[in-house]
Amino acid sequence: MRISGYHHCESIPHGQHGFHKQHRSSIDLRIALFITCLADNYFPRSGIAVVKILEYLGHEVIFPRIQTCCGQPMYNNGYRKEACQLARRMIKLFRDCEIVTTPSGSCASLVHDAYPQLFTEGTQDHEAAVGLAKNTYEFVSLLKDVLDVDLTQLGARWEGIATYHYSCHLRHIISQADVERLLNNIEGLEYRQIESADQCCGFGGTFSLHYPDLSGSMVREKVRNIAETGAETLICHDNGCTMNIAGACRRQNVAIRIISPSELFAESLGLLERGAEL
Amino acid sequence: MSQDTSSESHSLHLLNPPLPFDMKLRMQQTTENDGSVQRIQNTARTKFAQREKSYTEAFGDRQTDVKTLAGQIKQHTLDHLDQYLEQFIQSATKSGMKVHLARDAAQARKICLNIAQSHGCKCCIKSKSMVTEEIQLLSALESGGIETYETDLGEFIVQLDGDAPSHIVTPVIHKDRESIARTFRQKLGAETTSDPEDLTEVARQYLRNVYRKADLGISGANFLVADTGTIVLCTNEGNGRFVTEVPPVHIVVAGIEKVIPRINDLSLLLKLLARSSTGQPLTVYTSLINGPTQHGDPVSTHEINVILLDNGRSNLLPAPTRSLLRCIRCGACLNACPVFRHAGGGHAYGSVYSGPIGSAITPLMRGVSNYSDLPKASSLCGSCHQVCPVNINLPQQLINLRQEAVTQQIPSRLESLIYRLFALCLRYPFLYRATSYFNKLFTRLGGISTGAHDQFSNRKWVKHAPWLFRHWTTCRDLPTPTSKNFQHWWILRNRGSSS
Repeated sequence: MRISGYHHCESIPHGQHGFHKQHRSSIDLRIALFITCLADNYFPRSGIAVVKILEYLGHEVIFPRIQTCCGQPMYNNGYRKEACQLARRMIKLFRDCEIVTTPSGSCASLVHDAYPQLFTEGTQDHEAAVGLAKNTYEFVSLLKDVLDVDLTQLGARWEGIATYHYSCHLRHIISQADVERLLNNIEGLEYRQIESADQCCGFGGTFSLHYPDLSGSMVREKVRNIAETGAETLICHDNGCTMNIAGACRRQNVAIRIISPSELFAESLGLLERGAEL
Repeated sequence: MSQDTSSESHSLHLLNPPLPFDMKLRMQQTTENDGSVQRIQNTARTKFAQREKSYTEAFGDRQTDVKTLAGQIKQHTLDHLDQYLEQFIQSATKSGMKVHLARDAAQARKICLNIAQSHGCKCCIKSKSMVTEEIQLLSALESGGIETYETDLGEFIVQLDGDAPSHIVTPVIHKDRESIARTFRQKLGAETTSDPEDLTEVARQYLRNVYRKADLGISGANFLVADTGTIVLCTNEGNGRFVTEVPPVHIVVAGIEKVIPRINDLSLLLKLLARSSTGQPLTVYTSLINGPTQHGDPVSTHEINVILLDNGRSNLLPAPTRSLLRCIRCGACLNACPVFRHAGGGHAYGSVYSGPIGSAITPLMRGVSNYSDLPKASSLCGSCHQVCPVNINLPQQLINLRQEAVTQQIPSRLESLIYRLFALCLRYPFLYRATSYFNKLFTRLGGISTGAHDQFSNRKWVKHAPWLFRHWTTCRDLPTPTSKNFQHWWILRNRGSSS
């Protein structure tokens, strides 16, 4: 049983988080996709991969088309009122969904950690926020913890040398070792670890605009470490990080293909053609 | 020790800059190209790795439990701070110490000077203490005619150089051996190589003579134990023992948050403190001071004064920020913080307390509007929270401070307007789609194509973004949205499957 959000560790008794593995052994699930504003506009392929994988596994994907953004930019920059409005919108939108998945660790962790504290305890809003937090899963953690996917068994195959960027916001969601295990279950994939893999890439949302020198220095170090692995593909586990790292790689003429874990899994299962570009 | 006035004002300026503090300007001034950024990177990383190793060895997979427990001990103390402070004062007084209360820095300095002058002290030796840096005690003593010597090796070097500590545990993290040797040659006339052992020997010889003539010792405290009235001091060099034992008068300056309930709580906290700071199982010297030395004399000539300092700490006592007072000043969050390492260490923060903990407590102690740059200087990566031995959720505290800044209307009107407009667009699907469309249209105008044919991965790259986004393109290209977004794909697919 996974713990769906750090803040719940103490407050929600064991066994009450979202889905129990035994509850859905052979049932096909209805899974709602929260695509996030960045993936929708900048990385649609990662969302397409999510849909294809879930359908391949026999589940139904629903996509409420009026979804927009979780409010992370407002929340992180101190605009609490605006974040609250967007949170309320999200909660309403996904209220009836038993499982919500998103290809973004930072958006998932916002729903897990921040949504419940945006509302006063004891109110309906708070209860609904806790409900959504329980039901929301970052896509890779959904595969691992709820759907119990065994990539080897599914015959996943992907030829190439890949490295992996572990995003900071995944800390309370899935461990780096867990993702690495999944990568190693793909036949043909040669995995190489980045030096100081757990170090932030320097994105941090508006941090990159407020402190361009600091952020630039951090991402240059990250790119240097990525280049040193000699990998041809970087599996980048958050869209914000991808924008940052990909932009810095281009600036520094480091030729590397950057894809999300969902794209890698979809490619390895033959659900997506292996493209040439980011 | 006398300093020339220019270097003294330099060190004061580093820790007490003109307000409101401008962090970017400060980084331009302090990160000169002398390799200090790289040195700080290396040292901080080494300490970070040592911490990891020693934690794993000692606590295995129970690290979270240990940190939670330590956090609870400190939190409990803070929840009943008045009670435990009173208990400490009683126990300490009973064992012969004199306890003083200081509301702010000026009052603390005055108490120190009064004690020193009433005993006619002329020469003071100090062990390392951040709280005395905070109240600028050294310069106050010097101008009060009391020669004062830092005896911690790092602080000794900082003092000779008229510099300021750049890390709360390793004050000379920004200096290299060569520059230290140069300082020793210039200021002490010592003939020395830059070999660490030689340098230590120079300092040792010099300080031995100082210890002989000192008549006042000033130290901080790592913990104040309420039930026994014990003062706990952790050091690695043994200088702490000279400072507390040799001179007839000893002054302890400690923040009110240093108190812990029971002597039994030390076993856990000491283990965590040393491991978090340097990866050591324990510091080399751990002194538990239980009252003045008797020397077999029924009437002791040794006097211990404890100054309990508030100086803005009670600003942090309200529930939302109380957890920040749990901090035991181990410095682990500094070593773990990529911003601290890339910003060139503590001098970038314009305050005695640097790194993530400094970014969180400095605005609260010295004014949110004075230090609104600090909470923004974080990518919220969370490594500080991960390493904190008393489980302080620092990223959350920084977000709370950003909220406080918005409440106090500190961000520019333009910034607030942009966020509010952006939020408005995100509340209505048609506005969201319109914004997405125009964003795509305009950014793709100025972009260079990469030539992907798939419309869901075909994007362009912008080399020089305009206006607010120009900072993004100082060090990286800006991707544009793809030709078609996910919503398009979803519509197309459903249309395809229904026909």
